[in-house]
Amino acid sequence: MLSVKNIHANIDGREILKGINLDIKPGEVHAIMGPNGSGKSTLASVLAGRDEYEVTEGNVSFLGKDLLGLSTEDRAREGLFLAFQYPVEIPGVSTTNFIKAAVNEKRKYLGQEPLDAVSFLKMMKEKMALVEIDQRLLSRSINEGFSGGEKKRNEVFQMAMLEPKLAIMDETDSGLDIDALRIVAKGINKLRNPDRAVLLITHYQRLLDYIQPDYVHVLYNGRIVKSGTKELALELEEKGYDFITDEVDLTADQ
Amino acid sequence: MKEKSGTLEQAVLNEYKYGFVTDIDTDVIAKGLSEDTIRLISNKKNEPEWMLDWRLKAYNHWLKLVEPKWPNVKYPPINYQDIIYYAAPKPKKQLNSLDEADPELLATFDKLGISLNEQRRLTGVAVDVVMDSVSIATSFKKQLSEIGVIFCSISEAIQEHPELVKKYLGSVVPMTDNYFAALNSAVFTDGSFCFIPKGVRCPMELSTYFRINTENAGQFERTLIIAEEESYVSYLEGCTAPLRDENQLHAAVVELVAHTKAEIKYSTVQNWYPGDKNGLGGIYNFVTKRGMCKGDHSKISWTQVETGSAITWKYPSVILKGDHSIGEFYSVAFTNNYQQADTGTKMIHLGKNTRSRIVSKGISAGHSQNSYRGLVRAGKQATNARNYSQCDSLLLGDKCGAHTFPYIEVKNKTAIVEHEATTSKIGEDQLFYCRQRGIDAETAVALIVNGFAKEVMNQLPMEFAVEAQKLLAVSMEGSVG
Ligand SMILES: Nc1ncnc2c1ncn2[C@@H]1O[C@H](COP(=O)(O)OP(=O)(O)OP(=O)(O)O)[C@@H](O)[C@H]1O
Ligand SMILES: [Mg+2]
Repeated sequence: MLSVKNIHANIDGREILKGINLDIKPGEVHAIMGPNGSGKSTLASVLAGRDEYEVTEGNVSFLGKDLLGLSTEDRAREGLFLAFQYPVEIPGVSTTNFIKAAVNEKRKYLGQEPLDAVSFLKMMKEKMALVEIDQRLLSRSINEGFSGGEKKRNEVFQMAMLEPKLAIMDETDSGLDIDALRIVAKGINKLRNPDRAVLLITHYQRLLDYIQPDYVHVLYNGRIVKSGTKELALELEEKGYDFITDEVDLTADQ
Repeated sequence: MKEKSGTLEQAVLNEYKYGFVTDIDTDVIAKGLSEDTIRLISNKKNEPEWMLDWRLKAYNHWLKLVEPKWPNVKYPPINYQDIIYYAAPKPKKQLNSLDEADPELLATFDKLGISLNEQRRLTGVAVDVVMDSVSIATSFKKQLSEIGVIFCSISEAIQEHPELVKKYLGSVVPMTDNYFAALNSAVFTDGSFCFIPKGVRCPMELSTYFRINTENAGQFERTLIIAEEESYVSYLEGCTAPLRDENQLHAAVVELVAHTKAEIKYSTVQNWYPGDKNGLGGIYNFVTKRGMCKGDHSKISWTQVETGSAITWKYPSVILKGDHSIGEFYSVAFTNNYQQADTGTKMIHLGKNTRSRIVSKGISAGHSQNSYRGLVRAGKQATNARNYSQCDSLLLGDKCGAHTFPYIEVKNKTAIVEHEATTSKIGEDQLFYCRQRGIDAETAVALIVNGFAKEVMNQLPMEFAVEAQKLLAVSMEGSVG
């Protein structure tokens, strides 16, 4: 479904991603871990199509299409979803209106009629129950004044509404209390099916207790330096990143 | 980082959709301004002596004035001798109904989206249409007159209701008020007149559509609305002009009088040609609008959606003379490319327990400059006067400017004046967030701008809210990319 080949990306002339390779098949859950500043969010942004990042080398195919050739919005409409590490506040635009616009833009792209008010409401209700989000949040301006946890939950809610093929969750677990974490995990698990894939960016093993990943990758200094199964996450939790990064730095020095 | 403001900029580059010219026989007088011009205008309109005298007095006063320089706008000197002061589509014969209007004219207004016939008749909006210097037709006149509402062109009012015109013309905006008001008083050619008798709630929206067609012609319209005791009227004006490289002057005066317990709601959707994307051409919109809450418990509410004009200079104001009277000002001003807007309001509290509310939303894109200028004054007698002002600016891109100039003068200790101001910017972060959800940049900007302007848009009469929203969307087209 997603095949990332040797991606290099710059920001302001500084190379952040230094040759990323990643293959994700339908139905799989991949986790990416790695120290702060290693390039995890950058990878997510590059896949989603943020203009500031310049891809200097490599290519990405998504559901058989050349992802980098698609506009940001078309990537989304094709089914790529990014739950932001830092969701953005948009004053004056209600969350409901925003999501409605998103849902209908996607439908338009797919050649479908816009959802009528009744069906939209029905869908909202269903997904609200799923992620246990407070209705009052949805009538407020999107993310404006939301608590950290509310923002994250709202991201999961949007994901549920948009039913993406590939969901990239950038530290959606950070800043969540235990209950919220469980609910968010439930939302993500609910989305799992043989056609869909999830890419989880996280620092914590605890999320992976709820969402069992098929693969775990360690991103360090712009490269995936180690990949493994969920046991790798446990090992990282126990030993920290040093046991991997020291080794990488050592090889780099030689 | 690549072109950071690139996305935003392209989303606001718009095409002006009303820029065509109607090829119609026009009666035009020679360019230039003198006593003779004024006599000629007055004569063409077959005006009574008193009207001509009034005009000449205004003209002689105007000669002594200098153009104001304090607005935060820049433009080359205007040559007042290079303007046509009277241009009228022929035939000038008074029409009894719109069906008699020149088909070419009707087609013009259809093209502008103002169907003078069926559509408006169905939605129940009475329309007066002013093209260049004269009123072409007024609809629903008969039905309105049955309940005592007078809705006609000001020229007709001068002929048919001279006592009302004499009594009220210049009573709110004196001919000596300011440079452009004096000029207008001297050369005004047409405009609308509304009179709502005591106790009548006008059953439909009254609306005037202003259109400049002729090249080099200035438009100087004059509108006078009088609401007698316990009456109510909602009035709307709309404006467009063809696309031209030369700047054209529009200097209107609007006067509103609200007697005891009367309410006037005045809405404007201003879409004069704004000039091209390099700042060439466009209308200079220098307008004096003022309402007088004359009686106790009266209310005047201005709502404006300003998207057009190369330069806008206008401050719809309310003089709160009656005790317990209320003044409101709701404004959305959108500027793009090289447009300049210096707009706001004046709330002059004279009576006791008077209240005013100001909500101004400025949106700037491109290289435009958008200024809010507002005065709130509470006089000595204005016990318990209250004002609340909120001025929000939204910037699209980083080459435009937003400025706020609030002036507060309070002479009564019990008066309370509150002012809040915010400036925000549509950031690339917000656009990326929207685009990641499948909402393209243009739609995203429209969504954000509509959200920003919502509070004001909600004040518009229903029939026009949709139009205004579309207009805002059209004006912004291409402002992101
Ligand atoms: N817009 C930007 N301008 C300048 N530098 C940037 C920008 N975005 C990212 N970087 C830099 O790129 C590097 C990788 O950042 P990134 O956000 O991808 O890290 P991360 O792995 O997501 O870290 P964290 O775990 O803290 O979220 C960092 O050194 C960061 O400072
Ligand atoms: Mg990150």
